[in-house]
Amino acid sequence: MSDVKKFLYVNRKAPYGTIYALESLEVVLIGAAFEQDVALAFLDDGVFQLTKGQNTDGIGVKNFSPTFRALGDYDVQKLYVERESLEERGLSEDDLIEVVYEDEDDDWEEKPAIKVVSRAEMADVMADADVVLSF
Amino acid sequence: MSTLHTVNKSPFATQALVSCLNHAKAGDAILMIEDGVYGGLSGTGLTEIIEEFGKNVSLYVLSPDLDARGLDAKRLIGGIEGVDYAGFVDLVAKHDRTQAWL
Repeated sequence: MSDVKKFLYVNRKAPYGTIYALESLEVVLIGAAFEQDVALAFLDDGVFQLTKGQNTDGIGVKNFSPTFRALGDYDVQKLYVERESLEERGLSEDDLIEVVYEDEDDDWEEKPAIKVVSRAEMADVMADADVVLSF
Repeated sequence: MSTLHTVNKSPFATQALVSCLNHAKAGDAILMIEDGVYGGLSGTGLTEIIEEFGKNVSLYVLSPDLDARGLDAKRLIGGIEGVDYAGFVDLVAKHDRTQAWL
């Protein structure tokens, strides 16, 4: 079957208090390996997953935030982050890690994968998905 | 094209229901399950906002979860419909996608 579906992974939880965020990332990598159209959404506390400078040395768990930067290598090109969720938490795009992908249609130029969108645009992204997986 | 949203947390514990309401489109359905059914109660601090959003979306609760918590369907916000497990399946089949708000 060659049907490519649009998979949207919705992330609404902060990274280390529960296992949701790490599990989401694992499933995203699996989905991407099956060459589906994969996008990620970060809203509510999910935006905390993408903050710069995470250091988990003192809590004895893996810091998986650098793994997001590898998503580009799996051809994951769309990380939607909700602006209202950032603002409610005193964050801006500058506080987030950088994730890039190489655009094969544009001479493999590196482009940012993180797209900050409004709440209304996020609702459109969700309504456009074929399959929504929530974490 | 429409979405069935499920919410399984109390709106007094998490943002799940409010966030769901903020992202649902007109014509979508929201089914409150497990502790999510507390969101269907009338006379709470959230009743007004839920009634407002309820004008554009269809609201449902899973009746077995309501019954389990000793809540009478009469206490639900007007217009919220109770469904059983078969009704849950019908809702899933009726919409193009299901989105869980955890």
